[in-house]
Amino acid sequence: MKELIDLFIAFAKVGVMTFGGGYAMIPILEREIVDKRNWASSEEMMDYYAVGQCTPGVIAVNTATFIGQKRRGTAGGIIATLGVVFPSLVIITLIAGILTSFADIPQVEQAFAGIRVCVCVLIFNAVTKLWKKSVTDKATLALCLLVFVLSVFLDISPAVFVILCAAAGILFTKVGLRGK
Amino acid sequence: MIYLRLFYEFFKAGLFAVGGGMATLPFLYDISDSTGWFTHSQLADMVAVSESTPGPIGVNMATYVGFTTAGIPGAIIATLGLVTPSIIIILLIAKALKAFRQNKYVDAGFYGLRPCSVGLIAAAGILVLKLALFNTELYQSTGVLTDLFNFKAIALAAALLILTRYVKKLKDLHPIFFIAASAVVGIVFAF
Repeated sequence: MKELIDLFIAFAKVGVMTFGGGYAMIPILEREIVDKRNWASSEEMMDYYAVGQCTPGVIAVNTATFIGQKRRGTAGGIIATLGVVFPSLVIITLIAGILTSFADIPQVEQAFAGIRVCVCVLIFNAVTKLWKKSVTDKATLALCLLVFVLSVFLDISPAVFVILCAAAGILFTKVGLRGK
Repeated sequence: MIYLRLFYEFFKAGLFAVGGGMATLPFLYDISDSTGWFTHSQLADMVAVSESTPGPIGVNMATYVGFTTAGIPGAIIATLGLVTPSIIIILLIAKALKAFRQNKYVDAGFYGLRPCSVGLIAAAGILVLKLALFNTELYQSTGVLTDLFNFKAIALAAALLILTRYVKKLKDLHPIFFIAASAVVGIVFAF
């Protein structure tokens, strides 16, 4: 029981200190999980992280489940995950509650109009970064552009694209298109 | 039953969003379009708040959308929906981690999934772009082409692009600095 509580607290700390997600999380996990608690080695962390990136879901959550599972089996995996999302639940609920009551003030509306411009740029930057890692040959270039155009103009669930593209990835690899 | 639907929609996002934080975005737009629980402009604001607060972005967005849709229970249910597929999948593969990573079908599947995710996020970005840089409604009512462009916003976007991509000292700053600066610009120049 004590170890489950430890897991929850350790990952709640990781959740609070993860600011922006993704790569921002690595040094914090290293410090909290590897250095302070010795729950995993640096190499194991890198493995978890790599798998976390290529499995569905939020990377921080996937990593938490891995380490929790390693420490305390299924219960550990679940508790560590609840720990990592707990701070978000509290903080976001508070902020959302406050913002809803201020949303109609003109200055708040203007601030968010400015912020939306920034969000555009941040999404653009995220896209170019992911593009470099995933569009590596003609086949992936074609897939990416096709998905982009179809999802801008047609009303199809993103889940459908995801399933079809996974199948396409397997097909392209089989017929030897990959890497060309 | 809004809670069941919330759980289902976020379960789907958790299951199919590959590649971290922003990958959940296309699913949130899909939820907005199919349920009408929140507007595109609310969603853009939620992205900004999720980027500027502690916690993984994907989790923050789920909590925010859940709260907007159905209060505190909604926030909890949406977040649990998002993480449930992760928990199940990771628990399943944790024991066979090496075999999973080296499986050629898994590898080939992800080779196709990654560019898909990029395309989906870019398409979601277009929706934010339309909202932030163009006055589509004003243009439709006046028919004057120059009314279509929100010039102040376009100037800010250009400045931000240069600052976040090409200015060495600023490039690595946390997004929250740019979000805060954009809020100030929005108020000062009455966006």
